[in-house]
Amino acid sequence: MFLTSNPQLNKNGELHHLLSIEGLPGEILRQILDTAESFVGVTRREVKKVPLLRGKAIFNLFFEPSTRTRTTFEIAAKRLSADVINLAINVSSQSKGESVLDTVANLAAMQADMFIVRHSQSGAPHLIARHVSEDIHVVNAGDGRHAHPTQGLLDMFTIRHYKQDFRQLKVAIVGDILHSRVARSQIHALTTLGVPEVRVIGPKTLLPTNVDNMGVHVYHDMAKGLKDVDVVMMLRLQNERMHGSFLPSPQEFFKFYGLTAEKLALAKPDAIVLHPGPMNRGVEIDSTVADGSQSVILPQVTFGIAIRMAVMSILAGN
Amino acid sequence: MKIHIKNGRLIDPATGTDAKRDVYIAAGKIVALGNAPSGFTANRTIDASGLIVCPGLVDLAVRLREPGFEYMATLESEMQAAAAGGVTSLACPPDTDPPLDEPGLVEMLKFRARNLNQAHVYPVGALTVGLKGTHLTEMAELTDAGCVAFSHADAPLTDTQLLLRAMQYAATFDFAVWLRPQDAGLARGGVAHDGQVATRLGLAAIPVCAETIALSTILLLARETGARIHLCRVSSAEGVDMVRQAKARGLKVSCDVAIHHAHLSEMDIGYFDPNCNLTPPLRSQRDRDALRAALGDGTVDALCSDHTPVDEDAKQLPFGEAETGATGVELLLPLTLKWIEEAKLPLAQGLARITSGPARVLGVSAGRLQPGVGADLCIFDPARYWKVEPAALKSQGKNTPFTGVEIKGKVSYTLVDGQIVYESA
Amino acid sequence: MTARPLPDAEQLVAALIEKMRGNVAPDTGLIGIVTGGAWLAERLHTALKLDVPFGTLDVSFYRDDFQHKGLKRKVAPSDIPFEVEGRDLILVDDVLYTGRTIRAAMNELFDYGRPSRIRLASLVDRGGRELPIAAQFVGATIEAGQSVELKRDAQGRLSLALSTD
Repeated sequence: MFLTSNPQLNKNGELHHLLSIEGLPGEILRQILDTAESFVGVTRREVKKVPLLRGKAIFNLFFEPSTRTRTTFEIAAKRLSADVINLAINVSSQSKGESVLDTVANLAAMQADMFIVRHSQSGAPHLIARHVSEDIHVVNAGDGRHAHPTQGLLDMFTIRHYKQDFRQLKVAIVGDILHSRVARSQIHALTTLGVPEVRVIGPKTLLPTNVDNMGVHVYHDMAKGLKDVDVVMMLRLQNERMHGSFLPSPQEFFKFYGLTAEKLALAKPDAIVLHPGPMNRGVEIDSTVADGSQSVILPQVTFGIAIRMAVMSILAGN
Repeated sequence: MKIHIKNGRLIDPATGTDAKRDVYIAAGKIVALGNAPSGFTANRTIDASGLIVCPGLVDLAVRLREPGFEYMATLESEMQAAAAGGVTSLACPPDTDPPLDEPGLVEMLKFRARNLNQAHVYPVGALTVGLKGTHLTEMAELTDAGCVAFSHADAPLTDTQLLLRAMQYAATFDFAVWLRPQDAGLARGGVAHDGQVATRLGLAAIPVCAETIALSTILLLARETGARIHLCRVSSAEGVDMVRQAKARGLKVSCDVAIHHAHLSEMDIGYFDPNCNLTPPLRSQRDRDALRAALGDGTVDALCSDHTPVDEDAKQLPFGEAETGATGVELLLPLTLKWIEEAKLPLAQGLARITSGPARVLGVSAGRLQPGVGADLCIFDPARYWKVEPAALKSQGKNTPFTGVEIKGKVSYTLVDGQIVYESA
Repeated sequence: MTARPLPDAEQLVAALIEKMRGNVAPDTGLIGIVTGGAWLAERLHTALKLDVPFGTLDVSFYRDDFQHKGLKRKVAPSDIPFEVEGRDLILVDDVLYTGRTIRAAMNELFDYGRPSRIRLASLVDRGGRELPIAAQFVGATIEAGQSVELKRDAQGRLSLALSTD
């Protein structure tokens, strides 16, 4: 209760942890995007490595398995010359008694400089950030349904790369908004960077209550929601949501909300298509679109490494 | 022991008294108010100048954590906490381990509590065996053992047919049934109010209709069966409105609200403060305002602490995994005073929600001051500010959303049956 | 001790060009260190009529004071538009002082490839070296203790100014 100061910022207002996009000033978001721009250059060189974080120990703390995200953080850290230690924490050993905080205290005693945290529970990185000593930085690599800030940032980097000015754009986010940490980070980033119109499109079972309070327009119909947009951001539909009480079947979801060439034709002719991966082809996106000329899904992956390098180097320097 | 409490401002919500009046106590009972009975010589005189003398507080939900959860709190620690909070009568819910579903457990609890010589403990028995929602408990036996009512605590009761029969059976013998209205299916998996905060933070949500649908089921069954129903921890504007209408139609229902819900809303979750993970969830500011209005107009009969001591290990977890509940029995009085002051109510009217109101729900004679009744009193300094420091709380549970907050009103003395059970330093 | 007036930067540029002329080949690669060195490299490149475009280097990711100072707000992307491997290079900086920036720049250059030779051109050498580094081409040497920086006005004219370091 009565917490007012943003736990992500140090007393100078600089980024100390990256836990969520929410509450970060646009200036900090732009600083991360600009720094990432320089790292894109580095990743195109003969030696894709800089000595910036030499001697730093970065722990990949994954309480929820994700090879993909873990790998991008690992590559980014190694390109900054940091030592990377990967820990996949078995959830079953968790239930046998060692709490998140015990795990973290143990690792902090091993002289960690940074924790990259993935957890199935919303807010777990906040909990960790509250309890680590102040020389340790925490990066949220995805927590529950709450936030996935580096994904949100790499999406912003991608959009800026192709569209330059955020202040002229219409952006649609499509699919399972309710369970998506990616969507929440995207919405905060887009609104902070000045995108005038952010839309979310999905069935009522997959849209959270009062989502319009986050500054978005709600659509249930792709034909209306995609009309004249510059950017289409598709979300991944988790397997367990495809059958049951949220949706009757993946086929029916695809019929209404899957991105096909016909539906994409409603957007602006030069609209770009993003997806955080891994894709369910034929469920949320058609292969012709995923592999088509408007898709920027592969560049997203490349930019993701530069963004994570930028975040780690800014945090380690603050 | 004869005690003379002098120069205090006596407030008795039961009679509406608010006047400077001395209290004379002998043999555990109040013997006179105002003038000393002839020949009264006090063994001890308490100077209550600047203090308020009111009936000892009656708290409808204090978890003493015994049996079964001694690692979270013990009878000793929580009874001391109650005394420090001015609470002289308390009801404890049956969600112990094992639950209070057998007379032996209830007798043991009563026996152990009696030996501590502190607050009167009124166990609420389990409505179903093991709180599993399948078999009725032996309510008559449990009543003989000391249970004052039957409840399902926060355990889900999904079988409406069983609920109907439990109410029919209880109605047969006029046993009171205390129920927390929450539809188990609609609340499944949820950890926060279905509103803007849960949406922003990505927390699984519990909609208001989980409460109102359960409420309408309970109210219809109450009308059907004639059972004496007390509704626990109502949390929403629509919820208290339904209670208001039910009372207006003459249904025999009473209702309480937890003190935290009278002050906090979903916004206070802030950055995932696990101390704000409560059952029911903290709802919107509009809901909180409606609860406060309903407390003022009497729709809500009682404010309770819903005291839930939780150990650090179970609380310092990601929000959705943290054990729910907050420690509160020591904060009930100051937080009630805060509400009274903010609502601009007369003290006597406000204090009724923690004295005569809950005493009526419990069906006990506590909660009033008059010659002949047991001398259960709370003497407090209404102007004294203090800061909530978890380490300084008597309760073994240090889990409170009010950590570090300055609050006003501190208990100076607590008397149970004419014995001083707490005296502030 | 009263400081002598700072030399005129434009005169130093002209002097530097004269010293370098005859010591460069058309395929020599000029690499300016952001920001003053990059301005200077642009001028030298035009005057020396080199074939390959000049490159720029922001050494922020290689600095040895990252621990104390962190990352500066705006890091410019390094841009080396030619093959470094086997090339004759000249690093260009405005002010040569401790040599730490040059050390960082050389480290970064080697991450692009193995040049055949690296030489250093600096508009001003103010002494105070902390590393065994020397410039092959220097516009002027100024007295130690003066902290100076290069400025560029709207017309592209260069000038030296005292800085607070």
